[in-house]
Amino acid sequence: MSRRVRLLLLAGAGLVIAVVFAAGCAELPPFGSPDHPYGERAVAAALARHTANVVSSVNFDQRAFDTLGEESILFASVLGTVIVLRPARDEDRQEPEPARVLPSTRLFGALLLPVTLLTGGYLVAHGQLSPGGGFQGGVVLATGLHLAYVAADYLALRQVRPLAVLDVADALAAGAFSVLGLVGLVAGAAFLSNTLPLGTFNTLSSGGLVPVINAVVGVEVASGVIVLLAQFLDQAVEVVDR
Amino acid sequence: MSVFPYLVAGWVLLAGIYGLATSRDLIQSVGCLAVAQSSTYVLLLAVGYRRGATAPVFADLPVGAPVVDPVVQALALTDVVVGATVTALLLALVIQLRKRHGTVDPERLTGLRG
Repeated sequence: MSRRVRLLLLAGAGLVIAVVFAAGCAELPPFGSPDHPYGERAVAAALARHTANVVSSVNFDQRAFDTLGEESILFASVLGTVIVLRPARDEDRQEPEPARVLPSTRLFGALLLPVTLLTGGYLVAHGQLSPGGGFQGGVVLATGLHLAYVAADYLALRQVRPLAVLDVADALAAGAFSVLGLVGLVAGAAFLSNTLPLGTFNTLSSGGLVPVINAVVGVEVASGVIVLLAQFLDQAVEVVDR
Repeated sequence: MSVFPYLVAGWVLLAGIYGLATSRDLIQSVGCLAVAQSSTYVLLLAVGYRRGATAPVFADLPVGAPVVDPVVQALALTDVVVGATVTALLLALVIQLRKRHGTVDPERLTGLRG
């Protein structure tokens, strides 16, 4: 198909999308309206199960089955990236050279690395109480660890990144989500239903199953993102043509 | 203009699709796909917005305070996570394409090679 024909086709299809989308928008409830039937029911359900952060309650309790599918996509993407980026037969690994870094930069990194990791851990642990949770905290943990690469060099990153352990942690955490669903079945309720003791509202142990799944997702996202980034960094730093 | 935020989402979607169809660089195409996908964030958050309301976190709010719709926020969160990992997978494929075919221009990728 020539470029011209393709652009004409695109213009036609874009026009159809624009008209249908605009017509659909005209029928939506007006922006900022006070009427949110699903939202109100979700808030009521979250408060009934002692979960202060309603978004976490929706993700890890009310729609936990949906989140199971989502974290499977995450796991499959990590797995796919590891497979696609594995060193091919005509490639070799070379040892990365130590980089020259200002001592002050290195010191700054060494001081801030524990702070960023603590922040990530805090975000995961308080997912049922305050904004944050397994997904957000996991990403903070994973990217925070790469401060070692930014402030020092690849060799320093390899020292603080136990890749073999993280590979296993990713898979175990992904599986643990499904296993936690069985808790509901054992208690005689549906798969992934929240049957654990709900605890006192607005404390770290509140929410029943929510903090547990939240922690599992935190481990999976953190180790998954580190493994994912490791594949790309390997390509840039270590893998060379034979 | 109570439909304006929804129309912005449609505009972002069309901009992303235009980029996808006309891009001559696969890295840029992956970026365009991310743009097209981010239109869903705009749409979801616009649908869930409630005037004068705050975040749906009751750690320091009285019960019954007006909050924005938490369901669409959870959906947007899902969307961001899936988008980021799928982007990573696509970029990995682009790296392999560049290695095997020596180009990232979709127009020059002709013929299958084992």
